[in-house]
Amino acid sequence: MNQPASAYFLEERHDPNETHTLSVLVQNEPGVLARVIGLFSGRGYNIDSLTVSETESQKHLSRITIVTTGTPMVIQQIKHQLDRMIPVYRVVDMTVTGQAIERELAMVKVRGGGDHRVEALRLADAFRARVIDATTESFVFEITGNSSKINQFIDLMRPLGLVEVSRTGVAAITRGPEGM
Amino acid sequence: MTDKSHDPNQMTGAAMIVRALIDHGVQHIFGYPGGAVLPIYDEIFQQSEVEHILVRHEQGAGHAAEGYARSTGKPGVALVTSGPGATNMVTPLTDALMDSIPLVCISGQVPTHLIGNDAFQECDTVGITRPCTKHNWLVRDVNDLAKVLHEAFYVAMTGRPGPVLVDVPKDVQFATGTYHPPRKSDVHISYTPRVKGDATLIRKTVAMLASAKRPVIYSGGGVINSGPDASKLLRELVEVTGIPITSTLMGLGAYPASGPNWLGMLGMHGTYEANMAMHDCDVMLCVGARFDDRITGRVDAFSPGSKKIHIDIDPSSINKNIRVDVPIIGDCGNVLGDILQVFKAEAKKPDIKAWWQQIAQWRARKSLSYRKNNDIILPQYAIERLFELTRGKDTYITTEVGQHQMWAAQFFGVEEPHRWMTSGGLGTMGYGLPAAIGVQVAHRDSLVIDIAGDASVQMTMQEMSTAVQHELPIKIFILNNQYMGMVRQWQQLLHGNRLSHSYSEALPDFVKLAEAYGGVGIRAHKPADLDGAIKEMISVKKPVLFDCRVAALENCFPMIPSGKAHNEMLLPEEATDEATAKAFAGGKALV
Repeated sequence: MNQPASAYFLEERHDPNETHTLSVLVQNEPGVLARVIGLFSGRGYNIDSLTVSETESQKHLSRITIVTTGTPMVIQQIKHQLDRMIPVYRVVDMTVTGQAIERELAMVKVRGGGDHRVEALRLADAFRARVIDATTESFVFEITGNSSKINQFIDLMRPLGLVEVSRTGVAAITRGPEGM
Repeated sequence: MTDKSHDPNQMTGAAMIVRALIDHGVQHIFGYPGGAVLPIYDEIFQQSEVEHILVRHEQGAGHAAEGYARSTGKPGVALVTSGPGATNMVTPLTDALMDSIPLVCISGQVPTHLIGNDAFQECDTVGITRPCTKHNWLVRDVNDLAKVLHEAFYVAMTGRPGPVLVDVPKDVQFATGTYHPPRKSDVHISYTPRVKGDATLIRKTVAMLASAKRPVIYSGGGVINSGPDASKLLRELVEVTGIPITSTLMGLGAYPASGPNWLGMLGMHGTYEANMAMHDCDVMLCVGARFDDRITGRVDAFSPGSKKIHIDIDPSSINKNIRVDVPIIGDCGNVLGDILQVFKAEAKKPDIKAWWQQIAQWRARKSLSYRKNNDIILPQYAIERLFELTRGKDTYITTEVGQHQMWAAQFFGVEEPHRWMTSGGLGTMGYGLPAAIGVQVAHRDSLVIDIAGDASVQMTMQEMSTAVQHELPIKIFILNNQYMGMVRQWQQLLHGNRLSHSYSEALPDFVKLAEAYGGVGIRAHKPADLDGAIKEMISVKKPVLFDCRVAALENCFPMIPSGKAHNEMLLPEEATDEATAKAFAGGKALV
């Protein structure tokens, strides 16, 4: 690894990585998601989480929320690269604005009986997870919150008979009266 | 036009394409017919406003369109069929994306009902070309076609220019719909490139330039793309401030090579004075360049003591490789105009006499010198003679990629913008010959020379046939050293002189090859024959293959080894085996 530094070893810089949540407002047209994802894979950026859905159907606008990790220089690059795409209206770094609320929804299936079943229900109650399906030997919980809360809930369910998890990825919005 | 209805705007998709070309002032297109574009070719047949140049391979169409665009400032247009036609365009599209060349490619596609069925000559053209275009479109409804075509031209030409592609299924070409002339609402409202630079930052720039002790201007292809006014303003800024200027490969010609403040090209094969000035400067003004790795060398040792100002229309070019202190997002010409205005009103020429003395010492090293030889033609000498004998003529230069390209950049002094066409970012061997065709189509009476290598030129040699067919008297000046010279140079420097597959085995006889195509072949072996042969080449009014037999083992210096800093250049007289081995130690993994 004793290579001299050059443009090809940008990652060798010892800037610490940061995790940022980006909200991207795009024209909802064919291929727009492929463009965004292609940018990340083509340039070697990370995607920790990605959610997308049409938010204003009359204007054909979709909102993509991307959680990504990189050095500050890479994060800035990602924002510029996204912003210069033709169908992209706006890119807002929710982490920089500092006022953002982030939520994720997960559905968690747990199978078991006896004490485990009781404990799972009790914890779900503590986490304000709802039971959306139940059989005599299983529950499906629906839980909403920030990612760390969901991670914590899933960790707690693991010894109690965790079967599987389906998560939506992060959606984010700023606090206060202003839109993005 | 085959319009049969009463409304003149009712027409087929194919007719719309030709109409849109005319509405955008397109006079020439480069293309190759095939099943999925036959309706468009049928329309082309029935009109005379747009001239079609038939190439021999779609890649040739793409590079010809690039040469056309680069030499005129207008968009280059290519027309190709579906499947292989489109995939053959991937190289020129990528090339144009890297070098910010406005290219509009129209590709045929299988009929919409067959898309996704693995039909004959079907490919996912928009999927394949998404990463190598600025934007692309698949048009599924003939009534969207006019809007998309107009938007395509707008996107290609504005902001940071680049290639775009419009994929048109065959049934859409046949269908009838409503055409409209270009209008503002054709463009995505999300697309708003910034042209005007921030006034506060411009003021700051002027103050930094005026108080600099060791300033340097580093200009790039963005100045050329911005149009002739930007080059004029750049020249004026250099004159008003007295600051030395260097340029990237792509920016040659924006400031004349004969200008008093010219340091020569910078970067891996740039001059010693240009690279040393970059390394030691205290204020660097980067105009329309992007701190590419061929320029910066080792990034953490790049110009360590300078404050950097970066003017670029593309925000993503700023702070990508090198952190800058003053980022100005805007069009080069516009921002240079503003800087000049403020400078003239508020600032005085910086006192940089000592800096110029330092530069004079660097210049005195004569980093481009080479040993003269009376028996064999040295490639540097060949370019020098070519330059001398074309001086004062209306000359356009294109190049292929490799050693000859670097020698051309070092020894052929480009005086004006739009006169130098080369593949900088992608480094596409085979670019120069078709690019010369594109240039000659746009400038019928000018002298268009492709400075080529024996390996590169064979990658698109078939386009000689295009030149002969369309009576384009391009001059292909081949520096024939019977090697892929730059590959061999790296093998010598970095791979223990094991010349793996870099020898041009079984070269054709270029003179006979030219004659076979219906062009003219000229050969020069000896330095004494060279001038006469070059004069003959210039006077011939046909496509020429000039086989210039040069010293086989000459290498390209000066050179910054990969991964080294600007002040660690290897000069020709220092490039002994030992010094070279030391300079290149550890750099093997880099490109």
